[in-house]
Amino acid sequence: MLKIENMTMRFGGVIAANKFNAHIKKGQIAGLIGPNGAGKTTIFNVISGVYKPTEGRVKFNLDGKEEDITGMRPDEIAKLGICRTFQNIRLFKDMSVLDNVFIGNHLRIKSKVFSSLLRTPGYRKEEKEMLEKSLYLLDRVGLLEEKDEKAHSLPYGKQRRLEIARALATEPRLLLLDEPAAGMNPQESNELMDFILNIKEEFDLTVFLIEHHMDVVMGICEEIFVLDHGQLIAQGDPEAIQKDQRVIEAYLGVE
Amino acid sequence: MTEDRLKVEDRKVLDKNTLILIGILLVLAIIVNYFANDHIRTIANLCGIYVILGLSMQLINGFTGLFSLGHAGFMAIGAYTVAILTISPENKAMNFFLEPIVPFLADVQLSFLPALIMGGIIAAIFGFLIGAPVLRLTDDYLAIATLGFAEIIRVVFTNTQSLTNGALGLKAIPKYSSILWSWIIAFLTILFMVFLTEGSYGKAFKSIKEDEIAARSMGINLFKHKVMSFTFSSFLAGIGGGLMAVHLGTIDPNMFRIALTFNIILIMVLGGIGNINGTVISAIVVTAAMEILRFLDSSINLGFIRLPGIPGMRMVIFAIILMLVVILRKDRLMEEN
Repeated sequence: MLKIENMTMRFGGVIAANKFNAHIKKGQIAGLIGPNGAGKTTIFNVISGVYKPTEGRVKFNLDGKEEDITGMRPDEIAKLGICRTFQNIRLFKDMSVLDNVFIGNHLRIKSKVFSSLLRTPGYRKEEKEMLEKSLYLLDRVGLLEEKDEKAHSLPYGKQRRLEIARALATEPRLLLLDEPAAGMNPQESNELMDFILNIKEEFDLTVFLIEHHMDVVMGICEEIFVLDHGQLIAQGDPEAIQKDQRVIEAYLGVE
Repeated sequence: MTEDRLKVEDRKVLDKNTLILIGILLVLAIIVNYFANDHIRTIANLCGIYVILGLSMQLINGFTGLFSLGHAGFMAIGAYTVAILTISPENKAMNFFLEPIVPFLADVQLSFLPALIMGGIIAAIFGFLIGAPVLRLTDDYLAIATLGFAEIIRVVFTNTQSLTNGALGLKAIPKYSSILWSWIIAFLTILFMVFLTEGSYGKAFKSIKEDEIAARSMGINLFKHKVMSFTFSSFLAGIGGGLMAVHLGTIDPNMFRIALTFNIILIMVLGGIGNINGTVISAIVVTAAMEILRFLDSSINLGFIRLPGIPGMRMVIFAIILMLVVILRKDRLMEEN
């Protein structure tokens, strides 16, 4: 599904990611972990097109067709089917909850702007479908009641769910979740795990997530990548990772 | 899965407030048109034009969040296009006495509506061409670049003697202007804005204003949508400029200074950023107040004391009002509708 080959990202003299390699298979839930400042979000920013890597390639394989997405614009990458959420939540704050999800549909719109201005039957039909899909997704994340509220008025946890609903509206095949469980208590993160498993099945997704909550990562990820100082230091299934000496050192420090 | 609560009914895009507002204004426009004196009619006409201009500013600044200061330039393009296309060949010969007009325009004369639409289209074409390089800039840089563009247009028009008659300006523009024309176009502009902003594309514009990084990560092509918004806004500014030309009957490059753009920004800010109904009302209030407060520019006799007239005093008052509004209504300014 996604191949990152020898990717290096340098900001001036700082190396945020160094020769990073990863291969995420279709249908997998993969995790990216590492101490703060290890370069995890940088890798997400490269995949989603926010940054162009200094070196290396990012390849996206969809139904057997491999496409080199290195250096593509974020909107082009989203159209191909990679969508993300943000660590520091980036909703359209002053717009309604429903509109936030509705905008997620916009990239797949077929009607032209003049049909939207004239509200032609074709546009109205398409808009109705977009709204219905948005309502369905809001119901799915449990935010249907709040659909007319302003996004910024939602509590933190609901804002995270709204971001996921908005990302799902773009019809992604690969979903990138940047710390989806941040700020959640154990019960909420348990619910989140179930939720991620559910949407993965329902929307036929591949999921790549960054997370600090180890119970979430160990609970649902099939493949884990561990990053430290921009270097990939370990890779494998949860069991192997938990035993890996370098991972333990990276997290606990070494004498 | 298809439960009732997830169903979407056919929704009404025009809300009640907008319909009431349009209704009241329609009645007022008709009353003023048939019963009021010339002075009031002139003001009412100008109000309609400023509604169009205020909404056009709202589209680019208020909805898409692009701080553009190029309005006077696009208005100049619209105004000159309409003027050159509607002035009769004889009057053109009289206007261009220093240097004759370029031959291919000498005998052109269109009727008002096609000329006005051409004015809008040519302004839109310029908006599209200017937008391509300029819209890659953000915030302050965009403001400076668009401001520069408006100044360039003014200077170019001052120097293209055989096309615009330079600093002499154009006179004898047929006075097609009427309250009904201005207001019909103003109503169409209101409908355009409502339909645009309630639709998918308008919401995409708003999302760009809210958070560019999130918008492009959700697959919105920033550049395409910004250019689209800028082109529409330029079109409306061109139409507003064209109406201004037939309203005044005389235009010259110095009319289209930054002060003109400032007036329109004042209307937008007073109306509330991103607020269509508010902009319509504030366009009327500001335009009417500009006329009513004209006495401030002339000398005032209070009986015991005589204040000398200071030209530009009105603008001082307006600047103070703007400052007060921004300070007092800071939070409400950002509210939509």
